[in-house]
Amino acid sequence: MASLKELRARIGSIKSTRKITSAMKMVAAAKLRRAQASAEAARPYAAAMRRMLGELAGATRGEDGAPLLLAGTGQDKVHLLVPMTSDRGLCGGFNANVHRLTVQTIRRLQSEGKTVRLLPVGRRALNFFMRDHADLIVDHVTGTSAKEIPFSVASGLGDKINALLEAGEIDVCTLVFNKFRNAMTQVPTCQQLVPMVVEETSTELEASNDVAQYEFEPDEATLLAMLLPRNLQVQIYASLLETVAGENGARMTAMDNATRNAGRTIDSLTQVYNRTRQTNITNELIEIISGAQAV
Amino acid sequence: MPIQIEIISPEKVLVSREVDMAVLPGMEGDIAAMPEHAPMMLLLRGGVVALYEGDKVTDRYFVGGGFADITPTRCTVLADKAVPVSDISIDTATAQLEALSEAWDKADKTDTSRLVVLQDQIQAVRAEIEAGIAR
Repeated sequence: MASLKELRARIGSIKSTRKITSAMKMVAAAKLRRAQASAEAARPYAAAMRRMLGELAGATRGEDGAPLLLAGTGQDKVHLLVPMTSDRGLCGGFNANVHRLTVQTIRRLQSEGKTVRLLPVGRRALNFFMRDHADLIVDHVTGTSAKEIPFSVASGLGDKINALLEAGEIDVCTLVFNKFRNAMTQVPTCQQLVPMVVEETSTELEASNDVAQYEFEPDEATLLAMLLPRNLQVQIYASLLETVAGENGARMTAMDNATRNAGRTIDSLTQVYNRTRQTNITNELIEIISGAQAV
Repeated sequence: MPIQIEIISPEKVLVSREVDMAVLPGMEGDIAAMPEHAPMMLLLRGGVVALYEGDKVTDRYFVGGGFADITPTRCTVLADKAVPVSDISIDTATAQLEALSEAWDKADKTDTSRLVVLQDQIQAVRAEIEAGIAR
């Protein structure tokens, strides 16, 4: 049985843990709100970008020499996986989910005889993949837990992927990240970036073909060549924002649970403490009384 | 009849309102987007988007390159970077220009695609400084 002093120390330490976890929860909640707002603000750009790409892809359809980003290299040998995690832990299974999905994908691709490369984003992913798959890592990016993610992080990442593709080092590029559903649930997802998956909104395309015969300045190919890397960056940016929102959501939930657990542990420890104290007093009394009786 | 103008940067929507005319800095010359303009897609250089109401310029925004999508009723500017001209920081821009000139000096002069990118960036920053001085 633990002594009273030990029990007091434990209760004290759990109380301070609870203070920390509840503070972290508040901070995560505030950051989550901001992250959601910035994800919201970034949406119109992505939407307009998609619309323009749809028009352009329609206009250049069937022409030869489509850019690599759109058509890929025509091969399917080397896959680049980009797992996106946070820089910091203490957010439940958030990062582990991405790791697990990535490892599964690596195994599947390798069993199909494909070469896999990794470009981990976020310090957590880097540390994790350094352990088992250090030989696959081509590059890494950290800084995903910063206060605000500047677009330059996404554009840098996009440029790196583009450079690898141009150099013929990769054929397919896939993002692995947590899709933010709500503060409680994040869904780990794979999203293929290269070759680009054009969403076939046939009805919309047909309709626009009737109405808008676009003029292009300069020509379609140049525009497309400029627009595609941008689109890559925008998609990466969107998933970065989702990761930030997801991280803070997951941390909020995890810290909420931790705070509640701490409360429960404190309650039960306090009960043990009180019982022990009472037993001690009773024992002392018995000793005194039996001592007095003996005299 | 006004035209709906939207200036959108990756981070947020800067402007979404109706104006009579918007002058855009196209890669191959300035283009004025007015109502009933033929549908057009445009590559932008670094420069100033001027919004007109009547004959007066009501707002000026600096964009650092990007794309524009013009339709008869709408003009969407997708800017790589966009700031109101009044918020331009000449000091930051000058520092950027210096960094870029340095990169230019170091760059491999046979790598034309890199040179073209650098040149566009330098041009955009110069335009930003000019716009900042002229305000």
